[in-house]
Amino acid sequence: MSKLLRLAALTAVLCSMLPASANDIPFADRKSGYALMGREIQTMQDDDSANPGMLSVFDGEALWSKKAGVAEKSCADCHGDARVSMRGVAARYPAYHAARARPIDLEQRINICRVEQQIATPLQYESKELLALTAYVGQQSRGMPLQPTDERLRPFIEAGRDSFERRQGQINLSCAQCHNERWGQRLAGSVIPQGHATGYPLYRLEWQALGSLQRRLRNCLTGMRAELYPLGAPEYVDLQLYLMWRARGLAVETPAVRP
Amino acid sequence: MVAHHHTKRATRRGFLLGAAQLAGGVGLLSIFPCSESRALPDMVQAAIKKVVGAAPLRKGRVTLGLPPMVENGNAVSVEVSVESPMTASDYVKAIHVFNEKNPQPNVLSVRLGPHAGKARVSTRIRLATTQQVIAIAEMSDGTFWSDAVDTFVALAACQEDPG
Amino acid sequence: MTARALINVPKEAKRGEVIAIKTLISHEMETGFRYDNTGKLVPRDIINLLVCTYNGVEIFRAELHPAISANPFIEFHTVATDSGKLEFKWSGDNGFSATESVTITVI
Repeated sequence: MSKLLRLAALTAVLCSMLPASANDIPFADRKSGYALMGREIQTMQDDDSANPGMLSVFDGEALWSKKAGVAEKSCADCHGDARVSMRGVAARYPAYHAARARPIDLEQRINICRVEQQIATPLQYESKELLALTAYVGQQSRGMPLQPTDERLRPFIEAGRDSFERRQGQINLSCAQCHNERWGQRLAGSVIPQGHATGYPLYRLEWQALGSLQRRLRNCLTGMRAELYPLGAPEYVDLQLYLMWRARGLAVETPAVRP
Repeated sequence: MVAHHHTKRATRRGFLLGAAQLAGGVGLLSIFPCSESRALPDMVQAAIKKVVGAAPLRKGRVTLGLPPMVENGNAVSVEVSVESPMTASDYVKAIHVFNEKNPQPNVLSVRLGPHAGKARVSTRIRLATTQQVIAIAEMSDGTFWSDAVDTFVALAACQEDPG
Repeated sequence: MTARALINVPKEAKRGEVIAIKTLISHEMETGFRYDNTGKLVPRDIINLLVCTYNGVEIFRAELHPAISANPFIEFHTVATDSGKLEFKWSGDNGFSATESVTITVI
């Protein structure tokens, strides 16, 4: 009962945040890329003892309590048991960071902790360590609905939507043309998903490894023959944020498996 | 010669018999997918011969589980199960998996025994392209049994930025 | 980071029960057939053997080839006979070696 009320309240807040575009996928028709995969890959994701993303989650668990930096502090020294303290965190990232006056993604949050609290060098984007910590934190929110509720995020969600709907690159294509208007159809041999970022970092069979949403966005931009932003660029974070808003209410799947 | 198998599922092709029954005087192990007279490449036949030797290779008792359509060839779920009582006197000694068109024919070879209880092994394999996968079981009585499945491998869209 | 292995075996089983054993280990399984950005062949670097022993007795042995996917997953079965230890040893190119063990209680 209370769950339903909360969901209704949340939906009301979110719907008031942004007007819908004409070609948006109807709210009730949205589904995770999971639903469009073959049974074999779904099974790979569902079984923790077969999901290769779990190897990184366990690496992340080990890193969580490993002391690092001049401060010789571990994540656990401040945050305690991640299963408690990190529950729900990934479901609200990217989140607004007051000092930067803009949203940051989970990787940036981890690196801010590293630099400011542990007094250590930031971890490289797509490094095994950063992916592992992000996957471990992400996994604590598995099954929880994505919920961007911070009003300060609105202009950044709008910026993300602009880049989602803007035609770009040599073949003059927008994200929306594939993922809003042609989901379920095929591009090369692949089914086009709706593009909900519910499971990052995820194990993409094409990569044979775990990778971040930014890496996936770069793959999309390459496919569009568009210019890539540098890793960590605010454009990616805005786009990630819009994707989270667009997928609001869908469950976190980290670490997901995708073809 | 093998038309009677044609009515089987399109994705599953049997393949038959070794030198003794088919190749006759040729003396080399020949393996033919049943619904087409498509011989496996020499390299694959040689790899299979290395396992089977001069023994006949029969179709049956082995079930190779492989999706008919694969979304990405980098990790294809494969399960091989073999009908066997798995007793001390009648069991599966080994299971071998081969592929038709990767750069190398061998995929996996496992040794088991009656203590396995169940002759079933699962793994994930790479398939460079649309092709046939072959599973062979070696029984404790020295016989060899097999199954083969054709699978279609789709190409991925939106890959990594080059360089 | 060193190789991480995940083993899934039931903690407890009835004597005579056939149990599933799932193994997953982190390894790139470089095939030896790929070229890098400068056109040089990337040398093969794979795990080529997994051996499982149950209270010291070998029960399963798998030879892996480059066609096995990155982060190899292998599932097999055994009859639960006695309480004790299942040990797993992976070995491969460039001196790769990793071991992991789990205990099982047979009732």
